[in-house]
Amino acid sequence: MSTLAAVVGIGQTKYTTKREDVSIAGLVREAAARALQDADLGWDDIDAVIVGKAPDMFEGVVMPEIYLTDALGCNGKPMLRVHTAGSVGGSTALVAASHVQSGAFKRVLTVAFEKQSESNAMWALSNPQPFSTHLNAGAGGYFAPIIREYIRRSGAPYDTGIKVAVKDRLHGARNPLAHLQLPNINMQEVEESFMLWDPIRYLESCPSSDGACAMVIASEELADKAARPPAWIRGVAMRSEPTMYAGREEVNPQAGRDCAADVYKQAGITDPRKDLDVAEVYVPFSWYEPMWLENLGFAPEGEGWKLTMEGATSLIDGGDIPWNPSGGVLSSNPIGASGMIRFAEAARQVRGECGEHQVEGAKLALGHAYGGGAQFFAMWVVGAEKG
Amino acid sequence: MSDENNVGEDNETVTGIEAPIYLKYNFTAGAAASRFLTRIKEGVLTGQRCPRCSQVYIPPRGSCAACGVPTEEEVELADKATVESFTIVSIPIPGNPIEPPFVVANLVPDGANISVIHLLSECDNAEVHIGQRVQAVWKPQEEWGYALDNIRYFKPLDEPDVPVERIGKLPVTGLEG
Repeated sequence: MSTLAAVVGIGQTKYTTKREDVSIAGLVREAAARALQDADLGWDDIDAVIVGKAPDMFEGVVMPEIYLTDALGCNGKPMLRVHTAGSVGGSTALVAASHVQSGAFKRVLTVAFEKQSESNAMWALSNPQPFSTHLNAGAGGYFAPIIREYIRRSGAPYDTGIKVAVKDRLHGARNPLAHLQLPNINMQEVEESFMLWDPIRYLESCPSSDGACAMVIASEELADKAARPPAWIRGVAMRSEPTMYAGREEVNPQAGRDCAADVYKQAGITDPRKDLDVAEVYVPFSWYEPMWLENLGFAPEGEGWKLTMEGATSLIDGGDIPWNPSGGVLSSNPIGASGMIRFAEAARQVRGECGEHQVEGAKLALGHAYGGGAQFFAMWVVGAEKG
Repeated sequence: MSDENNVGEDNETVTGIEAPIYLKYNFTAGAAASRFLTRIKEGVLTGQRCPRCSQVYIPPRGSCAACGVPTEEEVELADKATVESFTIVSIPIPGNPIEPPFVVANLVPDGANISVIHLLSECDNAEVHIGQRVQAVWKPQEEWGYALDNIRYFKPLDEPDVPVERIGKLPVTGLEG
């Protein structure tokens, strides 16, 4: 039997290429301290801590949670690390939420982070494996052929990805925490940027960032007394599927569709484009916006690109369903934290605290993350009201 | 929070110490992959067929991930394949001497129902396309080991393209079968 829970505190660091002034411990503590400050709580008010980050190889620090125990005030408390590749920030938030929804704990601190400047994620993702050829060209090399297949199937115009790349950077320019600040970016600049993994250009790819994101999740009873408006957790879902199996639908994965259906059902959503006010969706390469628009049911299969091209997902163009008003993964990508940033930004929208990138009157928001070979999905729906 | 981050005026901030990690591990292949690796050392590609959905896996992992059942029937595959999708990579792969730009393709060997990733070469990169027919170019036999790298790369074949709906559905005998 699950009970109601809510986000009562959110803390983020300013995302940037290299945080030379802090260690990993300093980075996570900064986000956690801001979340506690936002919740008007102290370390003693926290019952348990749930942390998440991408694979250890990304920084070369094996099991960093061991040395983060003190930085996150875990002395004498339960601490748990979650690990689901790129979706980890999302699933970490969901594990934290379930610790409260189950009634096991009253207040849980959850933190996700990556300090990518300390190593090289491309290298970490490119190691030789004994049963395949050594051609793992990072995440871009893996996802480019899937994007090519999407373009073939949907007949989407070639500049759909370029449009997303511009839109998310213009959104990011309204978010002071976003890593990339490119207020003057345009279609031509993206189109002329270097083709890294055809059809993915440099400016159609996410940056490599240092940063951490933290949230405090509290029970209904405590959230009712929260210092600032709570973001009520209205639905939570995770799904996974194997990386490879014959006939696997890689463009529009079944696990993503099932996860969305589950979270929508819990939140009473029947038409996501109409019922939701805003979505923060994990789009590390620009073409994943139209692909996920279809996977998440915002558009019929093969028509996701139409929403993008019409400006429906643009806050600046006054679109009816803004996607990634924070600038998204395309503007900030501390990989392990990226999923939690989506979840936290969804919560910030329904709390009405986003300033320049606020979707006016947002009451219901989707946070989404995916990881691995687009095989791990984590989603939540948060609302300004209990439901 | 800024007071937590203060560094005394006399101290230098240490921002990077190189600490390399060397990773060497022994891979226990298990029954299915051992059989695959043994056969590829002899220059033969093999897969395994799922008893339930009849799909043929390469490299076989001993089970069908879609049906959740063991696969035992071994199937010898052709070294001809079809391009399911591809990317042209313009940046180097860490630790790999290959010079960009190069084509990395998802290739379905004839007789299999799932793609493997391999290099496409001896081709005009701009001409590579989905449905294209290709064939393995093997390393000299004396260099063969327990590795898919025994195939140096795939090169285009002068055969008609495979219609998209038939990619991943060809028999071992290829287009003619």
